[in-house]
This record gives sequence, structure tokens and C-alpha cells, in this order.
Amino acid sequence: MAESLLSLTDLHANIGQYHILHGVNLEVPRGELTVLLGRNGAGKSTTLRTIMGLTQVSRGTVRFKGEDITGAATPGIARRGIAFVPEGMGIFQLLSVRENMELAAASGPIDPQRLEWVFELFPPMKQFWDKDAGNLSGGQKQMLAIARAIIEPRELLLIDEPTKGLAPSIINDLRDAFIDLKDQEATILLVEQNFNFARALGQSVAVMDDGAVVHAGQMAALAEDEALQQELLGLSLGAHQ
Amino acid sequence: MMHSILSGDFPRSRVLTGLLIAIFIGLALGPFLFGGTVAFRTMGLICVFIIVVASYDLMLGYTHVVSFAHLMFFGFGAYGVAMALDAMGSNFTAIFVGLGASLALSVVVALLLGLLSLRVKAIFFALVTLAIAFAFMVLVNQLYFITGGEDGMRVAVPRELGPAFRMDDTWTGFSLVGWLWGVITNPLAVAEVTREAFFDVRMNGRLLMYYVTFVLATGLFLFMLRLVNSPFGKVLLAIRENEFRAEALGYRTVYYRTAVVVIASMLATVGGVLFALVTRYITPESTLDFELAVFVLLMCVIGGMGTLYGSVVGATVFLIAQNYLQDLLGGVSDWMEAMPLLHYVAGLFGADRWLLWFGVLFVLSVYFFPTGIVGQLRTWAAERERRRQGKAVAEGETAEQTG
Amino acid sequence: MSANISTMNGSSGGLRQRFAAFRDGYPHFFVLGLMVGVMLLLALVPYRTVAGPWLQAGEEVPALLQLFRLGFTTWFTLTVSGMAMGLMIFIMSSGMTLTFGLMSVLNLGHGGFISFGAFCGATVVAYLSHWGGSGSLMLTTGVLILAFFYAMLITGALGIFFERVVIRPVYGDHLKQILVTIGGAIILMELIHVIWGPTDLPVPRPDLLRGAVIFHDGVPLIGGAAIEIYRLMAVVVGLILYALMQLTISRTKVGVLIRAGVESTEMVEVQGYRIRMLFLAVFVVGSALAGLGGAMWGMYEQIVNAHMGEHLMIMVIVVIITGGLGSITGCFYAAILVGLINLYVGYLEPRLAGIATVGLMVAVLMWRPQGLIPVLRH
Repeated sequence: MAESLLSLTDLHANIGQYHILHGVNLEVPRGELTVLLGRNGAGKSTTLRTIMGLTQVSRGTVRFKGEDITGAATPGIARRGIAFVPEGMGIFQLLSVRENMELAAASGPIDPQRLEWVFELFPPMKQFWDKDAGNLSGGQKQMLAIARAIIEPRELLLIDEPTKGLAPSIINDLRDAFIDLKDQEATILLVEQNFNFARALGQSVAVMDDGAVVHAGQMAALAEDEALQQELLGLSLGAHQ
Repeated sequence: MMHSILSGDFPRSRVLTGLLIAIFIGLALGPFLFGGTVAFRTMGLICVFIIVVASYDLMLGYTHVVSFAHLMFFGFGAYGVAMALDAMGSNFTAIFVGLGASLALSVVVALLLGLLSLRVKAIFFALVTLAIAFAFMVLVNQLYFITGGEDGMRVAVPRELGPAFRMDDTWTGFSLVGWLWGVITNPLAVAEVTREAFFDVRMNGRLLMYYVTFVLATGLFLFMLRLVNSPFGKVLLAIRENEFRAEALGYRTVYYRTAVVVIASMLATVGGVLFALVTRYITPESTLDFELAVFVLLMCVIGGMGTLYGSVVGATVFLIAQNYLQDLLGGVSDWMEAMPLLHYVAGLFGADRWLLWFGVLFVLSVYFFPTGIVGQLRTWAAERERRRQGKAVAEGETAEQTG
Repeated sequence: MSANISTMNGSSGGLRQRFAAFRDGYPHFFVLGLMVGVMLLLALVPYRTVAGPWLQAGEEVPALLQLFRLGFTTWFTLTVSGMAMGLMIFIMSSGMTLTFGLMSVLNLGHGGFISFGAFCGATVVAYLSHWGGSGSLMLTTGVLILAFFYAMLITGALGIFFERVVIRPVYGDHLKQILVTIGGAIILMELIHVIWGPTDLPVPRPDLLRGAVIFHDGVPLIGGAAIEIYRLMAVVVGLILYALMQLTISRTKVGVLIRAGVESTEMVEVQGYRIRMLFLAVFVVGSALAGLGGAMWGMYEQIVNAHMGEHLMIMVIVVIITGGLGSITGCFYAAILVGLINLYVGYLEPRLAGIATVGLMVAVLMWRPQGLIPVLRH
């Protein structure tokens, strides 16, 4: 297994009076796509938000490239090279696609070559370049959200449920894009409920339940072990296929 | 008995209890303890503003509804009774007609405001009420042929409530402040000072009016105390803490919120009526000005939001400060003028600068004592109680170990 | 035949629909057009035509019809003056609406900055009164620029202090914001008393800005109309500022950041920008603009007192609510509406001007609870 780019140790977090994370331990290997699975309310989204500094850590540490970034401010964490695509995509609806992308290129003007590559991945972005992002379709908004995250080279992408509410054909487009990203050796931590999508992409996998990681390992191993799937996720692939 | 009078809502702090008893006795025996017209006027205002501030607290402290239109209802009462007395002559029927009419108007307007508060967000509501209250003040200023405009109007109170109504006997008062001051400055002549401290209290209609106000203020305050400790009050607290949950539990927050606005507004109207009758002269500036609305807010917050007792303490402290802090600051300023270096900053301490220091105090108190005087006193009392119990437990443990 | 009917229906329905679409799509133009249009109607329909029957009979003309006495030149003067007033209020309001839009911070102490700016401007104008009295265009411009710049400098600096000390500790808590900023407003007002004394301060308007432009009688329609030079200047300054603001917001990176921040502060931070710094900058600029507006207003009234900000706050509040909290465009049109309604109603029935201002707000809120141009918020 490759060295860890990101590691969470005994992470606890509260939202208001609710204790959401109870000691999350997670290693995200460099250059791999790690899928974070688990049922609704297991704390997956909160884990991502906590890494970004959007939720207060009450105990434990977040290390990125060996550096302790627990409690750092969100902009600082982003500038260290972590991009975040939240649930609901978080695009700026009143801004044009161009302005969304320009904002994401925080360190300066957009690199034209990289933009070409993004256009290849997500052709609608080129088509609607000067249109308001609010007028895009759901799938296009998701493309914009991911395009925004990769418009500058980042060391780590945190992506929360990109397939939620999307049509199957668009999910296929997204999968191709992720495979392309993987070929670029990007490190990705992907929260996903769609197990088929996750299985096709993931190298490592972690399963969360009730605010803690209950299983971590190789995706290939989990994909083959139906009993373990049944136990961890309450699903059997046989039934799905 | 105290339990039923206070509706089971005790001050819960020894200092606070002492303070409240002192204020109660001070106001009850006030005319016999503090001589002079300023003191008399201040006491009357304290009684009136206890009603106004406590009713404001019903909205602000108990439901987190921020309204700047509370004084508009105060103005309804003040102008309603003044105009009725003006039109119908100085008699008690006029007072009751004025009271009834302004209460009716208050109910209608408060209902409209309550409905508005549902249509717009809380922060919008604060701003909108500010603008509406302003519009009402402009209206009062412009309708000078019935309201006297900026010059205001004299309130022709019935003879029985004015200074002209005299009873034959005079009673004797004892000036507490004067005596204490005398004893401190001139301790050798205690007998002389004591003799001078006695003064005559004339039994007239003004005194009668003061006691009417005092009794009404006490009664209405106890009524509000009962209200917030009733099941109705508990629902209000539930709404304040979590509106969604209260709604989910089946309470129509709509009704409760509107009811609070209506009740609070009616109480403010009564306060306005009393204000007009006590001061016997009203102007838009003294009843409707934005600054006054801010003062009511300050009294409520400094005393302690959501405690009701806070309104008693807040109104008393603020009005005393307004009337006497000025003298103190004037003294400080004069002293500083005479000193080297310090005279540069003497301007900060002039008699007119009391509001500056009150503003600073206010901002600091919002940061550091957000629960106000009453909240802070209760916290301290609770801490002491915990420490005492902790000590008792610890002592019990050591006793067990040794035993 | 039947096809004919259906197209006719279609076109009339289409017209109504297009009107409804215009009304809902451009509510600011709709209200503005309505207000100006009604007044224009009163101005253009000759009084004799309407009141003829009563005049011939020698009877008293009903009060409502007397409104038609308004002539076109008067309408013109009122409209320009209303715009002048509205643009000054816009300058004061813009900061407050942006502050709210960006961070949901409600600064009720904004009026304090208006007063402070007015006093700073008045100080400069009084100090350099010999420049203003010289009648030289250059010196007059110099006085104006210095006075406005000084007012903005001081209120901007105060803004830094205010944001850091007063507002920062109470982010996200509207109740405390209201309380603390009101406290701050009291302190600012008292500081004015400490620095400038308790009496009103007269502001000697430079000679060149006194008097009025009178259009030559030969000019069609507006011949004979008189417009105060100062109001013309206020219109010019206000329009330039609005154009600058719009340019900044639509074309620059800071503008993109502001618009993005109004939508979601969190996502702006996720992109790596420190929203707090952006907010501080907006707050400071907003405070400086309040100061500028105050200075302009002071020179317009030719007298300033510490309470002026408090009174102007009412109009500022009406403007930002009517326009839609957080929207600069909404703020601009609402300010012009408030200015116009003040002048129009003030001309027809002076006693109702203040009430009409609040009435405008209530009417707009009844129609659109979020204001003319609502701001989308996640």
C-alpha cells in the first residue's frame, strides 16, 4: 500500500449538541482513489467537512502530508492543495461557468492547457462557458463542481456523492472522467452510496457506521467477499446484478 | 403565599432578592424617603417603565421577537388618554374612554404586526417595525391640530389626580439620602442632621396618582410573572429554543407569537396611559422617539432578557443613571478640568456624556454578561450553591473515609 | 375565421402575459415606471381639460383633480431633485445592504457613520471656506474632493475598528448584532458630541455650488425649469459611483468573490479565499461610502447634527428592505424610488412625505416579501 497522503486519527466532531463522529481512523493512500461507503447518517459527509475545517474538531487529529492541520482555517486547508466538492455541489448559481472556474483557480489565471483537458473531460463546460451556472442541468452542475475542483493541480480531491440524483447515462460520463483522473495519479477520497459506481473506481475502501470506520481495506477484496458486503453494507451484489 | 404571588418564579439569588426588596420598599415608601421633584418624577417613571420594559421582555426575552414599534403602542396609550381628556374634559370617564380606545387600536395594530412577523424573517421584522414606528411618529408630528405636533400636548388630568387637589393633613417624610449624606459629611452634628432630614409630604392628587401607578405596576408585573410561568409561557420558551420542534410537537407557533405581541402591546398601551397621567405633559420626543425605543431595549438587556425581574432592575438602574449619573459625571469632569493633563480628556466625562458611558457599558455587557444583571446574579448564586454542595459532598466523603 | 379569433385572443393574452413577465422580471422598472408615469400623467394632461367643467361653473375644483395643476417643468424639477436625493441615499445605503448580503451582518450603527462623515466633511468645508468662497472652479473642486476624501478616510478607519471590535465577536447572532451595533451607534453619536460639541454645525456650501441652473425659456418643455447646481452634482457623483460599483461587481475578481460570497460564504472559503478579509474590505468601503453620503447630505442641508444619521437611517432601512437585502441593483432603484416619492408626495402634500416613504416599503413588501430584487441564498 502506498504512503498515506491524509490520515485521520481518533477524530471526534460535534454539530451543535449532536456528537456525529466518534473516533474516525482513516488512511488515504497517495495516488489512489479511496471510496468511503456507509449508510445514511454514518458520518461520511461530516468526515469530509471536518477535514476541510468546516466542522469543529473536538478531539483527534487530521494530518495532511504529515502536517497536522487540525483546527486550521478552511481557506488555509484549501490552499494546501485540497479541493472539496460538497453534497449538493456548492456551485455558485448566480455566477457564470467561467466565473465559477476563475474563482476556483485561486492562484492566478486559468492555465489554458489544463482548461482544454477539462473541456475534453466535460464538453458541456465549453458549450455553456458564459452562461449562468444556475441554468445548467443537474448533471452539468455536477460536472462543473468537479471541473472546478480540478482546474488547478490539487493533491487531494474530496468528493461527496457525485452520482446523487443523476441519470445513469450521466453517471457513466462521470465514471469515465474519474477513470481519467485516476490515470493522472490524482488522490481522491470519494463518498458514495452507489456501490456499483464505487466498485468500478475504488482501489481502497473504507466503510463507516455510527461515526466511526468499521472496515478498511482493498476494494478488490470487498468486491469479492459477498458475505462481508452483506455484513457491512446490508446488500448483496447478486441481487443487484 | 410568596410562592403563589410570584408564581413560583423566585429571584434565585440572595443579592437579587435583596435588590428587589430594596426597590419595592424604595418605590412603596418613596415619597416619604426621597424629597424633591426630581426624585418624585424619577420614581413615577420607574413604575411606568417597569411595565413597558417587562412587556417588551415578553417579546424580546421570551420569544426573541425584536420590535422597535413597542413605543408606538406606548404612544397610542399616552396620546389616546391625552386626546380623550382634551376632547371630553378632565374627568374619569375620559380616562377610561381613552384607555379603551387606545387598547382597541393596539389590539388591531398588534394583530397586523403579529401577522407581518410571520410573513417576513425576524431580522426583517425588526427593520420593518422601526420604519412603521417612525411613520407613526411622523403622523403624530404632522397632525398637530389634534396632537399638538412637536410641541406636544398638556394632559388635563382630573382635579383629583393633580397637584391642585389637596387633602388637609400633611405627613412627615424622612429624607434618607439627605440624612446619610449629612451623617457622612458632618458626623458630629447627628442631631442637627437628623432634624433637618425630616420634611413635609403634602397629601395631594399627585401623590395619589403615584400610588395608583405603583399599585398598577406591581399588579401588572405579577400578572406577567404568572403569564410566563403558566403553560402558555412554557410554550413560548419552547418556541424560542426551537421553533421547528415546537411546531412539530403540535403547537401552532403562529397563534402563540401573535398572542405575545398583542398582550405585550396592550401592556405597553397601559404604560403609555399611566405615563401621560403621571407626567401630565407629552411630546413625540418623550413618547415615540427612536432614542426612547433604544432606551427601553437597553433597560431590558442590561436588566437581563427573559427574566422579567430584569426589567425591574434594568428600568430602575437606567432611570436612576439617567437622572443622577449626569451629576456624578459632571463632578468628575469639573475635578479633571482642574487637574494637569487630565483636563484634555475632561470632555469625555461631561454631565451630558452619561450616554457615552452607558453605551460602552452596554456593549461590554452584551459581550461579557449577555444575560444581564439578573442572569449574572443568578449564575453566581448557582455557582456558589454548587460549590457549597460540592464541598458538602467532599466533606461527606472524607467523613466516610475517616469513619 | 376561427383561426383569426384564436390569434387575436393569443395576441391579447400574449400582451397581458408579456406585461406580467415584465412586472415580475423587472419589478424595479415596473414600480419606477408606475410612479414616474402617474406623475407624468398629472403633468402632461392640462389642468383646464380636467377641471374645465368646475371652472366654468365657477365651483371649487375637487382636491384630487387639483393635482393636475402640476406642470411639466415642475415635474422635471421634482424628478431631478428626487434623483439627487435618492442617489445620496443610495450612497449611504449601499454599504449596509452589501454587508448584510455578504455576511448576514446587520449593522444598525450605520447611521453613526453617516453622521461622522457629515461632521468630517463639514469640518473641511468650514476650514477651507475661503477656497469655497473664492468662486474658482479649481479651488471648489479641491474643497469637495478634500472634504469627501477626508470623510471617507475617517469613517473607513472607524469601520476597521468597528468591524474588529464591535461586530466580529457577534457573527452569526442577529439578536446580539442588533444590540451591539445600536450600542456602537450611541457611542459614535456621543463621540461626535465630544469632538464637535453639542451644537449643530453650519456647512458653508462653496459659492459655485449655490444657486440653480435655469433653463432658457426657449428650450422646449423644460424651459424655465430651475435645478439647484448642488443637486446636479449629487446626481453626477451618484451615477458615477453606481457605475463604478456595478463595474467592480460584474467585472473584477473582487466583484466575483462578493457575488459568490452572497450566495455561500462557506464555498468561497472552500476555494481558498479568506472571506473575513473580503468582508472587512466590504465593511470598510461601506462605512466610507456612508461617510461620503453623510458629507454630501450635510453640504446639501448646509447644517449637520449628531442625530442626522439616526434620522437618515429610516430612509436607509426602507431602501435596503425595499430593494431586497443584499442587492446593489435593488438598493439603487429603491433609493431612487424613495427619493422620487419624497419629492413627488412632498410637492403634492408635504405632510405625507415621510409616511409615503414607509408606505412604499409596506406596499412593496406586501407584493414581494423579499423586496424588489431578492438575493438567492443557499
